[in-house]
Amino acid sequence: MRAPTRSRDRLRRLATGAGSALLALLLLIWSLLPVYNMLLIALDPEEGEVEFAGNLWPPEPSLQSFVEVVTQDARYLENFWQQFGNSLVIGVATTVLTVAIGSLASFAVGHLRLGKGRLLTNTALLTYAIPASFLIVPYYRIVHAYGLSDTLWGVVAAQVAFATPFAVLILQLYARLIPAELDDAARVDGASPVQVYLRIYLPVMTPALAVAALYALLLAWNDYLYQAVLLLPRHATFGMTQGNLFADTDAEWNAMMAAGIIYVLPPIVLLLALRRHVAASLAMVSAGV
Amino acid sequence: MSTRQLLAVSSPLPASGPARPLRRGRLRRADLAWGVAFVAPYAAVLLAFVLYPFGYALWLARTPALYSELVGDPLYLPTLLNTLLFVGLGVNVKMFLALLLSGFFLSRRWWIRALLAIYLLPWLIAAAQAGVSFHWMLIDQRGLIDGLLSALFGVEGPLWLNDRALAVGANIVAYVWKWMPFWTVIFLAARMTIPREIYDAATVDGATGVRRFLHVTLPLLANLYLVCTLLSTLWTLGDFTTVYLVSMGAPTGHSHVLATLGFRYAFDSGRPALGVAAVMSVLPILIPLAIVLMRRFQLSEVRL
Repeated sequence: MRAPTRSRDRLRRLATGAGSALLALLLLIWSLLPVYNMLLIALDPEEGEVEFAGNLWPPEPSLQSFVEVVTQDARYLENFWQQFGNSLVIGVATTVLTVAIGSLASFAVGHLRLGKGRLLTNTALLTYAIPASFLIVPYYRIVHAYGLSDTLWGVVAAQVAFATPFAVLILQLYARLIPAELDDAARVDGASPVQVYLRIYLPVMTPALAVAALYALLLAWNDYLYQAVLLLPRHATFGMTQGNLFADTDAEWNAMMAAGIIYVLPPIVLLLALRRHVAASLAMVSAGV
Repeated sequence: MSTRQLLAVSSPLPASGPARPLRRGRLRRADLAWGVAFVAPYAAVLLAFVLYPFGYALWLARTPALYSELVGDPLYLPTLLNTLLFVGLGVNVKMFLALLLSGFFLSRRWWIRALLAIYLLPWLIAAAQAGVSFHWMLIDQRGLIDGLLSALFGVEGPLWLNDRALAVGANIVAYVWKWMPFWTVIFLAARMTIPREIYDAATVDGATGVRRFLHVTLPLLANLYLVCTLLSTLWTLGDFTTVYLVSMGAPTGHSHVLATLGFRYAFDSGRPALGVAAVMSVLPILIPLAIVLMRRFQLSEVRL
Protein backbone atom coordinates (compact mmCIF):
# COMPACT_ATOMS: atom_id res chain seq x y z
CA MET A 1 0.00 0.00 0.00
CA ARG A 2 2.74 2.44 0.98
CA ALA A 3 5.03 2.01 -1.97
CA PRO A 4 2.68 3.37 -4.67
CA THR A 5 1.80 6.41 -2.54
CA ARG A 6 5.45 7.18 -2.02
CA SER A 7 6.27 6.89 -5.70
CA ARG A 8 3.25 9.02 -6.55
CA ASP A 9 4.51 11.60 -4.05
CA ARG A 10 7.91 11.55 -5.63
CA LEU A 11 6.38 11.91 -9.06
CA ARG A 12 4.35 14.87 -7.89
CA ARG A 13 7.40 16.51 -6.34
CA LEU A 14 9.31 15.95 -9.55
CA ALA A 15 6.52 17.54 -11.58
CA THR A 16 6.39 20.52 -9.23
CA GLY A 17 10.15 20.94 -9.52
CA ALA A 18 10.03 20.79 -13.30
CA GLY A 19 7.14 23.26 -13.34
CA SER A 20 9.05 25.68 -11.12
CA ALA A 21 12.13 25.41 -13.30
CA LEU A 22 10.09 26.04 -16.44
CA LEU A 23 8.36 29.04 -14.87
CA ALA A 24 11.71 30.37 -13.71
CA LEU A 25 13.10 30.07 -17.24
CA LEU A 26 10.08 31.88 -18.71
CA LEU A 27 10.36 34.65 -16.13
CA LEU A 28 14.06 34.99 -16.83
CA ILE A 29 13.46 35.45 -20.56
CA TRP A 30 10.49 37.77 -19.94
CA SER A 31 12.45 40.00 -17.56
CA LEU A 32 15.67 40.12 -19.50
CA LEU A 33 14.58 40.32 -23.14
CA PRO A 34 14.16 44.13 -23.28
CA VAL A 35 17.31 44.52 -21.20
CA TYR A 36 19.14 42.23 -23.58
CA ASN A 37 17.86 44.34 -26.46
CA MET A 38 19.45 47.40 -24.88
CA LEU A 39 22.74 45.52 -24.43
CA LEU A 40 22.59 44.12 -27.95
CA ILE A 41 22.41 47.60 -29.44
CA ALA A 42 24.83 49.13 -26.93
CA LEU A 43 27.53 46.51 -27.52
CA ASP A 44 27.68 47.10 -31.25
CA PRO A 45 30.60 49.32 -32.19
CA GLU A 46 29.06 50.39 -35.50
CA GLU A 47 26.38 52.94 -34.85
CA GLY A 48 22.92 52.32 -36.12
CA GLU A 49 23.52 48.84 -37.50
CA VAL A 50 22.28 46.25 -35.10
CA GLU A 51 18.84 47.67 -34.58
CA PHE A 52 18.12 47.32 -38.27
CA ALA A 53 20.11 44.20 -39.07
CA GLY A 54 18.00 41.58 -37.34
CA ASN A 55 21.03 40.28 -35.44
CA LEU A 56 20.50 38.25 -32.31
CA TRP A 57 24.05 38.78 -31.11
CA PRO A 58 26.34 41.75 -31.76
CA PRO A 59 28.77 40.60 -34.50
CA GLU A 60 31.73 42.29 -32.86
CA PRO A 61 30.77 43.04 -29.27
CA SER A 62 32.66 46.01 -27.87
CA LEU A 63 32.34 48.41 -24.99
CA GLN A 64 33.24 51.32 -27.23
CA SER A 65 29.82 52.96 -26.97
CA PHE A 66 30.02 52.92 -23.18
CA VAL A 67 33.41 54.63 -23.41
CA GLU A 68 31.93 57.19 -25.81
CA VAL A 69 29.13 57.95 -23.39
CA VAL A 70 31.38 58.23 -20.35
CA THR A 71 33.83 60.50 -22.21
CA GLN A 72 30.93 62.43 -23.80
CA ASP A 73 32.12 61.66 -27.33
CA ALA A 74 28.82 60.46 -28.73
CA ARG A 75 26.73 62.73 -30.92
CA TYR A 76 23.87 64.39 -28.98
CA LEU A 77 25.40 63.18 -25.74
CA GLU A 78 28.11 65.83 -25.42
CA ASN A 79 26.53 66.87 -22.12
CA PHE A 80 25.75 63.42 -20.82
CA TRP A 81 27.08 63.98 -17.31
CA GLN A 82 25.30 67.28 -17.00
CA GLN A 83 22.07 65.58 -18.08
CA PHE A 84 22.72 62.75 -15.67
CA GLY A 85 23.34 65.36 -12.97
CA ASN A 86 20.05 67.10 -13.79
CA SER A 87 18.21 63.81 -13.38
CA LEU A 88 20.00 63.21 -10.09
CA VAL A 89 19.12 66.69 -8.82
CA ILE A 90 15.46 66.13 -9.73
CA GLY A 91 15.48 62.66 -8.19
CA VAL A 92 17.26 63.57 -4.96
CA ALA A 93 15.33 66.81 -4.42
CA THR A 94 12.03 65.02 -5.02
CA THR A 95 12.99 62.27 -2.60
CA VAL A 96 14.17 64.57 0.19
CA LEU A 97 11.25 66.99 -0.10
CA THR A 98 8.66 64.22 -0.34
CA VAL A 99 9.98 62.47 2.75
CA ALA A 100 10.25 65.75 4.71
CA ILE A 101 6.85 67.17 3.78
CA GLY A 102 5.06 63.83 4.00
CA SER A 103 6.51 62.91 7.40
CA LEU A 104 5.79 66.34 8.89
CA ALA A 105 2.16 66.13 7.80
CA SER A 106 1.62 62.57 9.01
CA PHE A 107 3.33 63.32 12.31
CA ALA A 108 1.07 66.31 12.86
CA VAL A 109 -2.07 64.30 12.17
CA GLY A 110 -1.13 61.18 14.05
CA HIS A 111 0.72 62.50 17.06
CA LEU A 112 -0.26 66.08 17.69
CA ARG A 113 -3.90 65.00 17.85
CA LEU A 114 -4.65 67.41 15.06
CA GLY A 115 -8.23 66.52 14.28
CA LYS A 116 -9.43 65.83 10.78
CA GLY A 117 -6.72 63.26 10.26
CA ARG A 118 -9.00 61.36 7.98
CA LEU A 119 -9.38 64.49 5.86
CA LEU A 120 -5.66 64.42 5.16
CA THR A 121 -5.70 60.79 4.04
CA ASN A 122 -8.74 61.48 1.93
CA THR A 123 -7.26 64.46 0.14
CA ALA A 124 -4.19 62.32 -0.39
CA LEU A 125 -6.30 59.66 -2.08
CA LEU A 126 -8.36 62.19 -4.00
CA THR A 127 -5.16 63.54 -5.54
CA TYR A 128 -4.99 60.22 -7.36
CA ALA A 129 -8.39 60.83 -8.90
CA ILE A 130 -6.45 63.08 -11.25
CA PRO A 131 -3.47 61.37 -12.88
CA ALA A 132 -0.42 63.63 -13.07
CA SER A 133 -0.24 63.50 -16.84
CA PHE A 134 -3.77 64.94 -17.10
CA LEU A 135 -2.63 68.19 -15.54
CA ILE A 136 0.34 68.90 -17.76
CA VAL A 137 -1.31 71.71 -19.77
CA PRO A 138 -2.49 73.85 -16.84
CA TYR A 139 0.70 72.98 -14.98
CA TYR A 140 2.79 74.23 -17.88
CA ARG A 141 1.08 77.62 -17.64
CA ILE A 142 1.11 77.78 -13.87
CA VAL A 143 4.81 77.11 -13.74
CA HIS A 144 5.30 80.16 -15.93
CA ALA A 145 3.18 82.19 -13.54
CA TYR A 146 5.32 81.01 -10.61
CA GLY A 147 8.49 81.98 -12.47
CA LEU A 148 9.69 78.39 -12.49
CA SER A 149 9.59 77.78 -16.24
CA ASP A 150 12.62 75.94 -17.60
CA THR A 151 13.95 75.23 -14.12
CA LEU A 152 14.54 71.87 -12.52
CA TRP A 153 12.45 73.10 -9.59
CA GLY A 154 9.34 73.29 -11.73
CA VAL A 155 9.74 69.58 -12.44
CA VAL A 156 10.62 68.80 -8.81
CA ALA A 157 7.49 70.58 -7.57
CA ALA A 158 5.28 68.45 -9.81
CA GLN A 159 6.97 65.23 -8.70
CA VAL A 160 6.75 66.19 -5.02
CA ALA A 161 3.09 67.11 -5.40
CA PHE A 162 2.28 63.66 -6.79
CA ALA A 163 4.65 61.62 -4.61
CA THR A 164 3.69 63.16 -1.25
CA PRO A 165 0.12 61.76 -1.10
CA PHE A 166 1.46 58.22 -1.43
CA ALA A 167 4.12 58.96 1.19
CA VAL A 168 1.44 60.25 3.57
CA LEU A 169 -0.64 57.15 2.91
CA ILE A 170 2.21 54.74 3.62
CA LEU A 171 3.27 56.69 6.73
CA GLN A 172 -0.29 56.77 8.07
CA LEU A 173 -0.76 53.05 7.51
CA TYR A 174 2.55 52.30 9.17
CA ALA A 175 1.98 54.68 12.08
CA ARG A 176 -1.24 52.83 12.97
CA LEU A 177 0.88 49.79 13.70
CA ILE A 178 3.33 51.34 16.16
CA PRO A 179 2.34 52.12 19.73
CA ALA A 180 1.49 55.71 20.54
CA GLU A 181 2.57 55.48 24.19
CA LEU A 182 6.12 56.13 23.16
CA ASP A 183 5.63 59.77 22.29
CA ASP A 184 3.07 60.24 25.04
CA ALA A 185 5.83 59.37 27.47
CA ALA A 186 8.18 61.78 25.79
CA ARG A 187 5.57 64.51 25.82
CA VAL A 188 4.94 64.19 29.51
CA ASP A 189 8.66 64.55 29.96
CA GLY A 190 8.29 67.98 28.43
CA ALA A 191 9.84 67.54 24.99
CA SER A 192 8.67 69.92 22.29
CA PRO A 193 6.90 68.51 19.21
CA VAL A 194 10.01 69.19 17.13
CA GLN A 195 12.08 67.10 19.51
CA VAL A 196 9.54 64.29 19.48
CA TYR A 197 9.46 64.42 15.69
CA LEU A 198 13.22 64.33 15.28
CA ARG A 199 14.18 61.98 18.07
CA ILE A 200 11.30 59.53 18.23
CA TYR A 201 9.03 59.75 15.22
CA LEU A 202 11.68 59.72 12.49
CA PRO A 203 13.76 56.84 13.93
CA VAL A 204 10.69 54.71 14.61
CA MET A 205 9.27 55.38 11.16
CA THR A 206 12.49 54.68 9.27
CA PRO A 207 11.17 51.60 7.40
CA ALA A 208 8.13 53.50 6.12
CA LEU A 209 10.27 56.52 5.26
CA ALA A 210 12.47 54.20 3.19
CA VAL A 211 9.45 53.07 1.17
CA ALA A 212 8.35 56.67 0.66
CA ALA A 213 11.87 57.63 -0.45
CA LEU A 214 12.13 54.76 -2.92
CA TYR A 215 8.70 55.54 -4.31
CA ALA A 216 9.55 59.22 -4.75
CA LEU A 217 12.86 58.53 -6.47
CA LEU A 218 11.29 56.04 -8.87
CA LEU A 219 8.44 58.43 -9.64
CA ALA A 220 10.91 61.17 -10.53
CA TRP A 221 13.14 58.70 -12.40
CA ASN A 222 10.21 57.36 -14.42
CA ASP A 223 8.86 60.76 -15.33
CA TYR A 224 9.27 61.71 -18.92
CA LEU A 225 6.32 63.98 -19.65
CA TYR A 226 6.99 66.77 -17.16
CA GLN A 227 10.67 66.94 -18.05
CA ALA A 228 9.97 66.96 -21.77
CA VAL A 229 7.36 69.69 -21.53
CA LEU A 230 8.81 71.95 -18.85
CA LEU A 231 12.52 71.89 -19.63
CA LEU A 232 14.34 73.42 -22.58
CA PRO A 233 17.30 71.57 -24.12
CA ARG A 234 19.85 73.44 -22.03
CA HIS A 235 18.35 71.90 -18.90
CA ALA A 236 17.66 68.56 -20.52
CA THR A 237 17.78 65.23 -18.78
CA PHE A 238 18.94 62.15 -20.65
CA GLY A 239 15.46 60.65 -20.77
CA MET A 240 14.30 63.77 -22.59
CA THR A 241 17.15 63.65 -25.08
CA GLN A 242 16.43 60.04 -25.85
CA GLY A 243 12.72 60.64 -26.34
CA ASN A 244 13.27 63.73 -28.47
CA LEU A 245 15.67 61.92 -30.79
CA PHE A 246 13.31 59.08 -31.37
CA ALA A 247 12.65 59.72 -34.99
CA ASP A 248 16.25 60.74 -35.64
CA THR A 249 18.15 58.01 -37.45
CA ASP A 250 21.27 60.16 -37.17
CA ALA A 251 21.50 59.59 -33.44
CA GLU A 252 23.99 56.96 -32.32
CA TRP A 253 21.62 54.46 -30.84
CA ASN A 254 24.34 52.22 -29.50
CA ALA A 255 25.53 55.12 -27.34
CA MET A 256 21.93 55.98 -26.41
CA MET A 257 21.35 52.45 -25.16
CA ALA A 258 24.67 52.43 -23.31
CA ALA A 259 23.65 55.65 -21.59
CA GLY A 260 20.27 54.09 -20.77
CA ILE A 261 22.02 51.18 -19.07
CA ILE A 262 24.14 53.59 -16.99
CA TYR A 263 20.89 55.31 -16.01
CA VAL A 264 19.58 52.18 -14.29
CA LEU A 265 22.26 52.37 -11.62
CA PRO A 266 20.94 55.04 -9.17
CA PRO A 267 17.61 53.30 -8.45
CA ILE A 268 19.43 49.97 -8.03
CA VAL A 269 21.84 51.53 -5.54
CA LEU A 270 18.98 53.05 -3.56
CA LEU A 271 16.98 49.81 -3.53
CA LEU A 272 20.00 47.83 -2.35
CA ALA A 273 20.70 50.39 0.37
CA LEU A 274 17.11 50.40 1.64
CA ARG A 275 16.31 46.74 0.98
CA ARG A 276 15.74 45.58 4.55
CA HIS A 277 13.65 48.58 5.58
CA VAL A 278 11.51 48.31 2.47
CA ALA A 279 10.82 44.62 3.00
CA ALA A 280 9.96 45.12 6.67
CA SER A 281 7.58 48.01 6.23
CA LEU A 282 5.83 46.68 3.13
CA ALA A 283 5.01 43.54 5.07
CA MET A 284 3.59 45.53 7.97
CA VAL A 285 1.62 47.95 5.85
CA SER A 286 0.10 45.39 3.50
CA ALA A 287 -0.96 43.30 6.49
CA GLY A 288 -2.81 46.36 7.77
CA VAL A 289 -4.74 47.16 4.61
CA MET B 1 17.39 55.88 22.85
CA SER B 2 14.48 58.14 23.37
CA THR B 3 13.06 58.99 26.71
CA ARG B 4 16.26 59.39 28.65
CA GLN B 5 17.86 61.51 25.95
CA LEU B 6 14.76 63.62 25.74
CA LEU B 7 14.78 64.10 29.49
CA ALA B 8 18.30 65.41 29.19
CA VAL B 9 17.35 68.05 26.64
CA SER B 10 13.93 68.87 28.00
CA SER B 11 13.01 71.65 30.38
CA PRO B 12 13.46 70.90 34.10
CA LEU B 13 9.71 71.17 34.78
CA PRO B 14 8.39 68.34 36.95
CA ALA B 15 6.59 65.82 34.80
CA SER B 16 4.15 64.50 37.35
CA GLY B 17 1.85 65.61 40.12
CA PRO B 18 -1.10 67.95 40.09
CA ALA B 19 0.46 70.23 37.46
CA ARG B 20 -0.23 67.66 34.77
CA PRO B 21 -3.80 68.46 33.65
CA LEU B 22 -2.90 72.11 33.34
CA ARG B 23 0.15 71.35 31.24
CA ARG B 24 -1.91 69.10 29.06
CA GLY B 25 -4.41 71.85 28.36
CA ARG B 26 -1.69 74.32 27.55
CA LEU B 27 0.12 71.85 25.37
CA ARG B 28 -3.00 71.15 23.43
CA ARG B 29 -3.25 74.75 22.29
CA ALA B 30 0.45 74.82 21.53
CA ASP B 31 0.03 71.51 19.75
CA LEU B 32 -2.55 73.00 17.46
CA ALA B 33 -0.13 75.72 16.40
CA TRP B 34 2.62 73.15 15.88
CA GLY B 35 0.23 70.88 14.02
CA VAL B 36 -0.76 73.62 11.63
CA ALA B 37 2.89 74.50 11.08
CA PHE B 38 3.75 70.85 10.37
CA VAL B 39 0.91 70.36 7.89
CA ALA B 40 1.42 73.73 6.18
CA PRO B 41 4.09 72.59 3.65
CA TYR B 42 1.92 69.68 2.52
CA ALA B 43 -1.16 71.86 2.25
CA ALA B 44 0.79 74.48 0.31
CA VAL B 45 2.18 71.96 -2.19
CA LEU B 46 -1.23 70.38 -2.63
CA LEU B 47 -2.89 73.73 -3.16
CA ALA B 48 -0.29 75.25 -5.45
CA PHE B 49 0.63 72.23 -7.55
CA VAL B 50 -2.42 69.95 -7.58
CA LEU B 51 -5.63 71.78 -6.74
CA TYR B 52 -4.83 75.00 -8.57
CA PRO B 53 -3.83 73.19 -11.80
CA PHE B 54 -6.91 71.01 -11.43
CA GLY B 55 -9.19 74.01 -11.09
CA TYR B 56 -7.41 75.62 -14.02
CA ALA B 57 -7.93 72.45 -16.06
CA LEU B 58 -11.65 72.46 -15.31
CA TRP B 59 -11.82 76.10 -16.32
CA LEU B 60 -9.92 75.45 -19.57
CA ALA B 61 -12.20 72.55 -20.44
CA ARG B 62 -15.46 74.30 -19.49
CA THR B 63 -16.84 74.96 -23.00
CA PRO B 64 -19.38 72.32 -24.10
CA ALA B 65 -18.38 72.92 -27.71
CA LEU B 66 -15.04 71.27 -26.98
CA TYR B 67 -16.75 67.99 -26.18
CA SER B 68 -18.85 67.92 -29.31
CA GLU B 69 -15.65 68.60 -31.23
CA LEU B 70 -14.00 65.69 -29.42
CA VAL B 71 -16.77 63.26 -30.28
CA GLY B 72 -16.59 64.53 -33.86
CA ASP B 73 -12.88 63.69 -34.08
CA PRO B 74 -12.53 60.27 -35.73
CA LEU B 75 -9.63 59.52 -33.35
CA TYR B 76 -11.46 60.19 -30.09
CA LEU B 77 -13.72 57.13 -29.86
CA PRO B 78 -11.02 54.67 -30.97
CA THR B 79 -8.79 56.29 -28.33
CA LEU B 80 -11.44 55.73 -25.65
CA LEU B 81 -11.62 52.08 -26.67
CA ASN B 82 -7.81 51.80 -26.61
CA THR B 83 -7.74 53.38 -23.16
CA LEU B 84 -10.35 50.92 -21.95
CA LEU B 85 -8.31 47.99 -23.32
CA PHE B 86 -5.01 49.36 -22.07
CA VAL B 87 -6.29 49.97 -18.56
CA GLY B 88 -8.75 47.08 -18.32
CA LEU B 89 -6.48 44.38 -19.72
CA GLY B 90 -3.20 45.90 -18.56
CA VAL B 91 -4.18 46.39 -14.93
CA ASN B 92 -6.07 43.13 -14.47
CA VAL B 93 -3.59 40.87 -16.22
CA LYS B 94 -0.75 42.54 -14.34
CA MET B 95 -2.42 42.31 -10.93
CA PHE B 96 -3.57 38.73 -11.34
CA LEU B 97 -0.17 37.52 -12.55
CA ALA B 98 1.51 39.50 -9.77
CA LEU B 99 -0.73 37.79 -7.22
CA LEU B 100 0.09 34.33 -8.60
CA LEU B 101 3.80 35.03 -8.96
CA SER B 102 4.05 36.37 -5.43
CA GLY B 103 3.26 32.82 -4.32
CA PHE B 104 6.05 31.47 -6.49
CA PHE B 105 8.57 33.95 -5.07
CA LEU B 106 7.62 32.98 -1.53
CA SER B 107 9.88 29.97 -1.94
CA ARG B 108 13.12 30.06 0.02
CA ARG B 109 15.14 28.16 -2.58
CA TRP B 110 18.26 30.10 -3.49
CA TRP B 111 17.68 30.14 -7.23
CA ILE B 112 14.18 31.54 -6.84
CA ARG B 113 15.51 34.29 -4.59
CA ALA B 114 18.19 35.09 -7.16
CA LEU B 115 15.53 35.13 -9.86
CA LEU B 116 13.56 37.67 -7.82
CA ALA B 117 16.45 40.13 -8.06
CA ILE B 118 16.42 39.84 -11.87
CA TYR B 119 12.62 39.91 -11.97
CA LEU B 120 12.66 43.29 -10.17
CA LEU B 121 14.90 44.85 -12.81
CA PRO B 122 12.05 46.23 -15.00
CA TRP B 123 10.74 48.16 -12.00
CA LEU B 124 14.09 49.93 -11.65
CA ILE B 125 14.54 50.75 -15.33
CA ALA B 126 13.14 54.18 -16.08
CA ALA B 127 9.89 54.12 -18.06
CA ALA B 128 11.46 56.12 -20.90
CA GLN B 129 14.32 53.65 -21.39
CA ALA B 130 11.98 50.69 -21.15
CA GLY B 131 9.65 52.21 -23.73
CA VAL B 132 12.50 52.98 -26.10
CA SER B 133 13.82 49.44 -25.83
CA PHE B 134 10.40 47.94 -26.55
CA HIS B 135 10.00 50.28 -29.50
CA TRP B 136 13.32 49.17 -31.01
CA MET B 137 12.45 45.50 -30.46
CA LEU B 138 9.29 45.89 -32.52
CA ILE B 139 10.27 48.43 -35.11
CA ASP B 140 10.61 47.50 -38.75
CA GLN B 141 10.91 43.79 -39.49
CA ARG B 142 14.41 43.54 -38.16
CA GLY B 143 13.86 44.26 -34.49
CA LEU B 144 14.82 41.64 -31.93
CA ILE B 145 11.37 40.04 -31.76
CA ASP B 146 11.05 39.49 -35.48
CA GLY B 147 14.70 38.44 -35.55
CA LEU B 148 13.98 35.78 -32.93
CA LEU B 149 10.82 34.65 -34.71
CA SER B 150 12.66 34.04 -37.95
CA ALA B 151 15.70 32.45 -36.26
CA LEU B 152 13.70 30.09 -34.04
CA PHE B 153 10.63 29.29 -36.10
CA GLY B 154 11.49 30.52 -39.57
CA VAL B 155 8.43 32.74 -39.43
CA GLU B 156 8.45 36.18 -40.95
CA GLY B 157 7.24 38.41 -38.14
CA PRO B 158 4.59 41.06 -38.63
CA LEU B 159 5.12 44.80 -38.77
CA TRP B 160 4.03 45.20 -35.18
CA LEU B 161 3.42 48.91 -35.19
CA ASN B 162 1.54 48.95 -38.49
CA ASP B 163 -1.45 47.15 -37.09
CA ARG B 164 -3.75 48.72 -34.53
CA ALA B 165 -4.43 45.56 -32.53
CA LEU B 166 -0.76 44.58 -32.44
CA ALA B 167 0.30 48.11 -31.49
CA VAL B 168 -2.21 48.32 -28.61
CA GLY B 169 -1.14 44.82 -27.56
CA ALA B 170 2.51 45.86 -27.60
CA ASN B 171 1.71 48.82 -25.35
CA ILE B 172 -0.08 46.54 -22.91
CA VAL B 173 2.75 44.01 -22.84
CA ALA B 174 5.34 46.73 -22.27
CA TYR B 175 3.18 48.17 -19.49
CA VAL B 176 2.78 44.78 -17.78
CA TRP B 177 6.53 44.18 -18.09
CA LYS B 178 7.37 47.49 -16.45
CA TRP B 179 4.87 47.44 -13.56
CA MET B 180 4.24 43.80 -12.63
CA PRO B 181 7.33 43.54 -10.38
CA PHE B 182 6.22 46.43 -8.16
CA TRP B 183 2.85 44.83 -7.37
CA THR B 184 4.44 41.41 -7.00
CA VAL B 185 6.59 42.87 -4.23
CA ILE B 186 3.49 44.28 -2.52
CA PHE B 187 1.67 40.93 -2.64
CA LEU B 188 4.82 39.06 -1.66
CA ALA B 189 5.14 41.26 1.43
CA ALA B 190 1.48 40.62 2.27
CA ARG B 191 1.82 36.85 1.85
CA MET B 192 4.83 36.80 4.13
CA THR B 193 2.65 38.07 6.96
CA ILE B 194 0.17 35.18 6.66
CA PRO B 195 1.01 32.91 9.60
CA ARG B 196 2.39 29.51 8.69
CA GLU B 197 -0.13 27.87 11.07
CA ILE B 198 -3.08 28.91 8.93
CA TYR B 199 -1.64 26.98 5.99
CA ASP B 200 -0.76 24.06 8.21
CA ALA B 201 -4.33 23.93 9.48
CA ALA B 202 -5.63 24.07 5.93
CA THR B 203 -3.34 21.22 4.93
CA VAL B 204 -4.63 19.13 7.82
CA ASP B 205 -8.15 19.82 6.56
CA GLY B 206 -7.06 18.50 3.19
CA ALA B 207 -6.78 21.79 1.30
CA THR B 208 -3.74 21.91 -0.95
CA GLY B 209 -2.71 23.66 -4.14
CA VAL B 210 -5.51 25.48 -5.89
CA ARG B 211 -7.99 24.97 -3.06
CA ARG B 212 -5.57 26.40 -0.53
CA PHE B 213 -5.09 29.44 -2.77
CA LEU B 214 -8.84 29.91 -3.26
CA HIS B 215 -9.94 29.35 0.33
CA VAL B 216 -7.01 30.65 2.38
CA THR B 217 -4.80 33.07 0.47
CA LEU B 218 -7.44 34.80 -1.62
CA PRO B 219 -9.84 35.75 1.21
CA LEU B 220 -6.93 37.08 3.27
CA LEU B 221 -5.58 39.19 0.43
CA ALA B 222 -8.92 40.21 -1.09
CA ASN B 223 -9.10 43.71 0.38
CA LEU B 224 -5.47 44.48 -0.42
CA TYR B 225 -5.95 43.17 -3.95
CA LEU B 226 -8.98 45.39 -4.48
CA VAL B 227 -7.30 48.51 -3.08
CA CYS B 228 -4.19 47.91 -5.19
CA THR B 229 -6.25 47.30 -8.33
CA LEU B 230 -8.18 50.54 -7.84
CA LEU B 231 -5.01 52.53 -7.17
CA SER B 232 -3.31 50.98 -10.16
CA THR B 233 -6.32 51.73 -12.38
CA LEU B 234 -6.10 55.41 -11.48
CA TRP B 235 -2.35 55.50 -12.07
CA THR B 236 -2.59 53.60 -15.35
CA LEU B 237 -5.21 55.93 -16.78
CA GLY B 238 -2.52 58.59 -16.51
CA ASP B 239 0.25 56.47 -18.05
CA PHE B 240 1.68 58.63 -20.80
CA THR B 241 5.22 57.34 -21.27
CA THR B 242 4.45 53.75 -22.26
CA VAL B 243 2.16 54.54 -25.15
CA TYR B 244 4.07 57.65 -26.22
CA LEU B 245 7.35 55.76 -26.58
CA VAL B 246 6.36 52.17 -27.45
CA SER B 247 3.80 52.62 -30.22
CA MET B 248 3.92 56.44 -30.48
CA GLY B 249 0.28 56.23 -31.45
CA ALA B 250 1.15 54.33 -34.63
CA PRO B 251 -0.42 53.39 -37.00
CA THR B 252 -1.51 56.96 -37.80
CA GLY B 253 -2.72 57.78 -34.31
CA HIS B 254 -4.86 54.66 -33.90
CA SER B 255 -3.18 53.25 -30.79
CA HIS B 256 -3.35 56.43 -28.69
CA VAL B 257 -4.73 56.48 -25.18
CA LEU B 258 -6.34 59.58 -23.69
CA ALA B 259 -3.14 60.81 -22.04
CA THR B 260 -1.21 60.76 -25.33
CA LEU B 261 -4.12 62.04 -27.44
CA GLY B 262 -4.54 64.98 -25.07
CA PHE B 263 -0.82 65.69 -25.37
CA ARG B 264 -1.09 65.57 -29.15
CA TYR B 265 -3.98 68.05 -29.22
CA ALA B 266 -2.28 70.37 -26.76
CA PHE B 267 1.31 70.40 -27.98
CA ASP B 268 1.33 69.12 -31.58
CA SER B 269 -1.89 70.74 -32.80
CA GLY B 270 -1.64 73.76 -30.49
CA ARG B 271 -5.11 73.20 -29.00
CA PRO B 272 -4.46 73.20 -25.23
CA ALA B 273 -8.14 73.50 -24.25
CA LEU B 274 -9.07 70.56 -26.47
CA GLY B 275 -6.22 68.53 -24.97
CA VAL B 276 -7.46 69.22 -21.46
CA ALA B 277 -11.05 68.42 -22.48
CA ALA B 278 -9.90 65.07 -23.88
CA VAL B 279 -8.44 63.91 -20.58
CA MET B 280 -11.10 65.56 -18.42
CA SER B 281 -13.78 63.64 -20.33
CA VAL B 282 -13.02 60.57 -18.15
CA LEU B 283 -13.51 62.50 -14.92
CA PRO B 284 -16.97 60.90 -14.43
CA ILE B 285 -15.13 57.57 -14.18
CA LEU B 286 -12.16 58.79 -12.16
CA ILE B 287 -14.05 60.40 -9.29
CA PRO B 288 -16.23 57.38 -8.38
CA LEU B 289 -13.11 55.18 -8.50
CA ALA B 290 -11.33 57.48 -6.08
CA ILE B 291 -14.35 57.52 -3.77
CA VAL B 292 -14.58 53.72 -3.73
CA LEU B 293 -10.85 53.63 -2.98
CA MET B 294 -11.35 56.03 -0.07
CA ARG B 295 -14.17 53.87 1.31
CA ARG B 296 -12.04 50.73 1.15
CA PHE B 297 -9.27 52.42 3.07
CA GLN B 298 -11.67 53.56 5.77
CA LEU B 299 -13.13 50.09 5.95
CA SER B 300 -9.74 48.61 6.65
CA GLU B 301 -9.18 51.30 9.25
CA VAL B 302 -12.32 50.15 11.03
CA ARG B 303 -11.32 46.52 10.84
CA LEU B 304 -8.00 47.22 12.48
